[in-house]
Amino acid sequence: MFKIVTKKVLAEVSKLMEIEAPLVARKAKPGQFIILRVRENGERIPLTIADSNKEKGTITIIFQEVGKTTKELGTLEAGDYLNDFVGPLGKPMELPSASGRVIAVGGGVGIAPIYPKVKAFYEAGMEVISIIGARTAELLILEDEMRAVSKELHICTDDGTKGHHGFVSDILQTMLDDKSKKIDEIIAVGPLPMMRVVANQTRPYGVKTLVSLNPIMVDGTGMCGCCRVTVGGETKFSCVDGPVFDAHQVDFEELTRRSRMYLNEEKVALEKYEHECRCGGGNQCC
Amino acid sequence: MLLDNEQIKQLRKQKEKHPMPEQDHKERIKNFNEVPFGYSAETAVKEAARCLQCKEAKCVEGCPVEVDIPAFIKLVMEEKFDEGIKKLKEKNNLPAVCGRVCPQESQCESFCVRGKKGQPVAIGRLERFLADYELAKGVETPPKPAPTGKRVAIVGSGPAGLTAAGDLARMGHEVVLFEAFHATGGVLRYGIPEFRLPKEKVLQREVNYIASLGVEIRTNVVIGKTITVDELFAEGFQAIFIGTGAGLPQFLGIPGENLNGVYSANEFLTRTNLMKAYLFPNWDTPIKLGKKVAVVGAGNVAMDSARTALRLGAEEVHIVYRRSDKEMPARAEEIEHAKEEGVVFNLLTNPIRIIADENGWVKGMECIKMELGEPDESGRARPVPMKGSEFVFDVETVVIAIGNSPNPLIPQTTSGLELGRKGTIKADEKGATSRKGVYAGGDIVTGAATVILAMGAGKVAARAIDSYLKTLV
Ligand SMILES: Cc1cc2nc3c(=O)[nH]c(=O)nc-3n(C[C@H](O)[C@H](O)[C@H](O)COP(=O)(O)OP(=O)(O)OC[C@H]3O[C@@H](n4cnc5c(N)ncnc54)[C@H](O)[C@@H]3O)c2cc1C
Ligand SMILES: Cc1cc2nc3c(=O)[nH]c(=O)nc-3n(C[C@H](O)[C@H](O)[C@H](O)COP(=O)(O)OP(=O)(O)OC[C@H]3O[C@@H](n4cnc5c(N)ncnc54)[C@H](O)[C@@H]3O)c2cc1C
Ligand code: SF4
Ligand code: SF4
Ligand code: FES
Repeated sequence: MFKIVTKKVLAEVSKLMEIEAPLVARKAKPGQFIILRVRENGERIPLTIADSNKEKGTITIIFQEVGKTTKELGTLEAGDYLNDFVGPLGKPMELPSASGRVIAVGGGVGIAPIYPKVKAFYEAGMEVISIIGARTAELLILEDEMRAVSKELHICTDDGTKGHHGFVSDILQTMLDDKSKKIDEIIAVGPLPMMRVVANQTRPYGVKTLVSLNPIMVDGTGMCGCCRVTVGGETKFSCVDGPVFDAHQVDFEELTRRSRMYLNEEKVALEKYEHECRCGGGNQCC
Repeated sequence: MLLDNEQIKQLRKQKEKHPMPEQDHKERIKNFNEVPFGYSAETAVKEAARCLQCKEAKCVEGCPVEVDIPAFIKLVMEEKFDEGIKKLKEKNNLPAVCGRVCPQESQCESFCVRGKKGQPVAIGRLERFLADYELAKGVETPPKPAPTGKRVAIVGSGPAGLTAAGDLARMGHEVVLFEAFHATGGVLRYGIPEFRLPKEKVLQREVNYIASLGVEIRTNVVIGKTITVDELFAEGFQAIFIGTGAGLPQFLGIPGENLNGVYSANEFLTRTNLMKAYLFPNWDTPIKLGKKVAVVGAGNVAMDSARTALRLGAEEVHIVYRRSDKEMPARAEEIEHAKEEGVVFNLLTNPIRIIADENGWVKGMECIKMELGEPDESGRARPVPMKGSEFVFDVETVVIAIGNSPNPLIPQTTSGLELGRKGTIKADEKGATSRKGVYAGGDIVTGAATVILAMGAGKVAARAIDSYLKTLV
């Protein structure tokens, strides 16, 4: 069992938790993830390692409540326990040259997983320009944390409630067009459509662009092939070969299709969860 | 005594094994309950009487862990079940598993002299009987030996790891067993289905027995990621046994394999067995199945996938295999069960392409007919495609069950380990690898094989590790 030591509500549907997992904390590197199971009959879900603390032996995860498991996770409090927590999984991200200039694009759910990468770039002495965006201001998370590790921070919201009224790609475009400043690398993490747009946008400029993929996973150790994605025409297992890949090589269409495989089942699970009585009376009340 | 001499004489003449009652095939495809019920005490005693108690018992040669078969069978016949199970457990730590899943027809039973005229003694069923007898009664833990003060780490909780762990604990060593998944058992947990090997009733109790011998079990630890082999040594483990199995799924490499609705057998079975997708939505992990399912391959893994698909509600399930029925690698009993349950066998048929509907879901699989040609390097007739024989199967789900390769994680993250050609770890006949103090056994050494061979390897390595530990001061 793995103890939740702290919990913070970052936005209505975004939560941060620090989990006691000393063995994972000792090894965690930016770009890697963990897999957890809330309860005995729960699903194994992957979440990026947002931060780690070797001394305290803790791992920080930040998640957005999108379905059954993340909603249920969100109801737990500090002092509660998770059934399972395994990692660190996946390949650590490679850092480009120390003097480089990097643009980090984080959209919605992607802000959390991009933060540890930006932090690593920053700590390695790179110049990081971050662009974060969300549907609306309320969903923007980690603004202060991102600002602390970025040279510049740009904010966008789809509805104009904060920062630029529009998409992250608008800001990115102005940077791509600014020939006076060389971009060594772009890293984009967010919903699949956003990563796809960024990949298409940067391709003609020939700028190295990385994305951190989030296919459906089961084991996370290369044993099932559930997480397979086509990269450069070859099948890769995201959990062991990734999750970070060259954006220009990824077959986003296939990935998008595969991540929708269980839409119906996800709905069933969520509806069941939301209609279950949790008053403790064992469904006797209603 | 149940039997008198006259009865024994009669039974020794009986050519057939006593049949084992099982769930009716029409009923059983609607549930995940175990198919065969096992022998009653009375039937077991009678079956035991069929054994001739050979002085030079050939059957033992066919058992990779050298169970003293005539001795335990004699005890069954004499109704000394408690002594019988003790005898069995001298050599076999997991009898309830082996009695169910050992390919007896090609191992112990294939050597039995009674098989020359008629059927061999039902060694596996008798083994299962004793093991179930003991499980029902409550398993006795043998007395703890004096501690040696030596520490051994076991990586992987499949049959190889469990056996090595149990044996080393019984020798007095301190044993810690590391498992990547949240549950123990390896293939016994995530691969072999509930209806062949019940998880709570049988597997978990066998694992509890291993734990009761003093083995500390630590799940959710991926060796190579969470801790490396080098770090295990640094933490004071003096020897390490690697039993990480062959869990890397192979694909065909044909177009359409990443379409929605194509599963590796590993994913298909892991979702169902480990994650209990058949209990969705009471368990959270889903599985998605069309009405018609094709399973590519004809080994145990393919049979398990096909029979699982039926139980998950598929209306039509096809095995698609490129060779003929003679070459099918699955156990005879599994093929028999699959046929009874209505699985359709399409032999000498090879998939060449999986076809998508407009939404990217599988809607068919194009295959080509094969004929058998000259033998290949494996000695089996090489299947050759027949020009112009292409046809399309209408299926909505495809499960690829053409084999698994060794798990690459440990080989990739451990220095000084010599590897075999197909990603296996090289180990000598005692399980010693090229690195001092590191032993390996089971599928990670042999490539995908059998439960009992993995257990045999765990056993041999445990002995070698014990001798090695004695050389350390
Ligand atoms: C390597 C990796 C790292 C990840 N890191 C984070 C993270 O740091 N924070 C975070 O909030 N999420 C992260 N995710 C996504 C997270 O795993 C999913 O949101 C989660 O599995 C959803 O489970 P659920 O039961 O709550 O929702 P479900 O009911 O299973 O799904 C609800 C909806 O969420 C979307 N979804 C489902 N699975 C995924 C998925 N794997 N990725 C993205 N969207 C999905 C789909 O649109 C789906 O319809 C990561 C995924 C991967 C593979
Ligand atoms: C579906 C199926 C049906 C089968 N049916 C039969 C049958 O009827 N009869 C028969 O005799 N054989 C059968 N087999 C084959 C048999 O199950 C295997 O040969 C046997 O389980 C191998 O045992 P093992 O201990 O070497 O490895 P496994 O059983 O594969 O166990 C390896 C364990 O190591 C863990 N692991 C892997 N990497 C790491 C790591 N880095 N760190 C920590 N843990 C790790 C895995 O999670 C797993 O739990 C079947 C196989 C399958 C897949
Ligand atoms: S362990 Fe397997 S091979 Fe050995 S006697 Fe038992 S059933 Fe036969
Ligand atoms: S060979 Fe057959 S008959 Fe002889 S001892 Fe073994 S099981 Fe009994
Ligand atoms: S999640 Fe199973 S192979 Fe990647």
